[in-house]
Amino acid sequence: MRALIRAPIAFFRLFYQSVFLSLSQIWANKTRSILTTIGIVIGVASVTAVIAALSGLKAKILTQVQTLGSNTIFIQPRRPDKGPLQHAPWWSIRFLPEHFDGMLEHCPSVKRFGRQTWVGEFTVNHRERSVENVSVIGIEPDCHKIESRPITLGRPLSVIDEMQVRQVCLIDPKLRNDLRLDSDCIGQTILIGHNTFYIVGVLEPRPESLFGGGNQERSEIFIPFKTSFKLRQYLYIWVLAESKTAEVSEDARAEISFFLRRTRNIKPGEPDTFEVQSLKNILDIFNKIAIIVTMVAGGIVGISLLVGGVGIMNIMLVTVSERTREIGLRKAVGAKKSAILTQFLIESVVLCFVGGFVGIGFGQLLTTGIANIPKVELDMAYIPLWAIGISFGFSGAVGIFFGMFPAIKAARLDPIEALRHE
Amino acid sequence: MIAAESDRPTIRPQDKKPIIKLQDVTRIYKVGVESIRALDGICLELYENEYVAVMGASGSGKSTLMNVLGCLDRATSGYYELDGQDTTRLSDSALARVRNERIGFVFQSFELLGQMTALKNVEMPLIYSRNGWWSRRNRARSVLERVGLGDRMAHKPNQLSGGEKQRVAIARALVCGPSILLADEPTGNLDSKTSESIMELFDKLHREGQTIIIVTHEELVADHAERIIHMKDGRVYSDLPSNRRVQPAKIKIQNDEKGGPP
Repeated sequence: MRALIRAPIAFFRLFYQSVFLSLSQIWANKTRSILTTIGIVIGVASVTAVIAALSGLKAKILTQVQTLGSNTIFIQPRRPDKGPLQHAPWWSIRFLPEHFDGMLEHCPSVKRFGRQTWVGEFTVNHRERSVENVSVIGIEPDCHKIESRPITLGRPLSVIDEMQVRQVCLIDPKLRNDLRLDSDCIGQTILIGHNTFYIVGVLEPRPESLFGGGNQERSEIFIPFKTSFKLRQYLYIWVLAESKTAEVSEDARAEISFFLRRTRNIKPGEPDTFEVQSLKNILDIFNKIAIIVTMVAGGIVGISLLVGGVGIMNIMLVTVSERTREIGLRKAVGAKKSAILTQFLIESVVLCFVGGFVGIGFGQLLTTGIANIPKVELDMAYIPLWAIGISFGFSGAVGIFFGMFPAIKAARLDPIEALRHE
Repeated sequence: MIAAESDRPTIRPQDKKPIIKLQDVTRIYKVGVESIRALDGICLELYENEYVAVMGASGSGKSTLMNVLGCLDRATSGYYELDGQDTTRLSDSALARVRNERIGFVFQSFELLGQMTALKNVEMPLIYSRNGWWSRRNRARSVLERVGLGDRMAHKPNQLSGGEKQRVAIARALVCGPSILLADEPTGNLDSKTSESIMELFDKLHREGQTIIIVTHEELVADHAERIIHMKDGRVYSDLPSNRRVQPAKIKIQNDEKGGPP
């Protein structure tokens, strides 16, 4: 019973003492400690930065999901992975508007859908001013309901715009500024290419998006879907749909696939020439990619930690041989083998923890750096708490693993020999 | 050889109990196929509060005796009892505990840890002790005051003189309250004046009741002891009261014999 209580107390005393002792050793040999732990520092810094980037990307996607709504389904043409259409040109597998006629009747889980098309990049003119490379996107009115992007001024595109193939458009505030339009620009006209369009509304600037293009450098103009065909004949079409609830989004995907295979005359056994993805689906894919990236990064970090660990082992061996007399003395005054072992093991673990700590600091710097790179969608990068935990865990494990051999060597020293050591 | 006859203790105070009992202790080193008998059948009894000097030429086995007495080394055969406890069958960790609680070492080259203050150096053995840990600061302070270094506690070894360093080392040896204080050439690195003051400290500790064993080859140092044991070829060559009680002439003759070729 007494032994049961004593053992942890004895360990605590030793632990407490060893931690302070090793910190003072590290402080006494500052340069050496820094050089030794550099492998650990780099390993931990890179793993935390990679995890931070992935977490940031995921957070970004999640906010996207919130603005788009989690019931959203994307439908777009895609070449099959095998078969004769594997290398088909895009126009041979493109969507035609009529492929989707009657989809709502045949797909009970789908609440609404809207066709979209990318008309191209145009030069937009207003009086003397012109802006180049403006993306023009044709949308059906239901897209407004699926992708809830607020309209700050004017009105959204309506069914009547669509039916009458009106030349109306929505613009974003950046374009309004670049063209020096009035702040209330509703009713003014702009030239898209050679066609005159009336401005009916101004959209809120798009939050930086991972899907469907749209970065903040370029302006966007939205025009009615049918009007798009006045500007260009063959268009790349994709579709946004919304399932009735999040629970039936998988049903909706299956229904849409079934429906599209029929309207696109795909025979049984032939592969799909399109893809139907729910946001959940996309998140799943992202998670898979994230795991692969994490594993690859983990492998690289593993190598770095291995190298770092060998450095730790080397320096601990040097320490043990430098301090042979000290070890002899400690044994002479009553230190047991286990006490010496613990002391040197803790010293190597503390050394690794210091490396891990500095590494997390550098990782944070890297993360801040990544987050501030313009045009890269990583501004939400952050180091999650579990990554810090894992970093310390691995540092500690490296310390124990690579410190074990030197510590055993120290513990096995014969006190008489050790005291005679020069 | 007269040695065989004279290895019985000549001082046997009946009122004191033996602290150390050695019976037929041998220590044999194997160097390749050769075996060297560093200790060759030592029989000794040391008593409480004795003040013993062990002398002998290098290679006489005095260092080995010291290591065996200090439980740093194990006898190859024979029986060694310390404080009534048979140490020959103790495990390594039990021996470490014996060293911690019963034995205080003082070395020729002090063996202080350079990056620690005098106080921390003295505290060090208490880290490994079961009972002393919680009160280590106070115990270290009081023992430093006992060796006369009350005003030097916060100094590091490189700020101390040789004599002060040895005092710190003595304080460290005493801090666990050992049964015996083992000093190996404690004045070997000191000038004669400092040596004298260190020896006075040993005398003082002896008067306070400490059992002391000093290994030395200096006559002046050995003269402080009550009893002088001469070693030769791993055996006790002579075991006599020191010239504090016996005429110097006798010691002189023995030294001549000791110095001569075997």
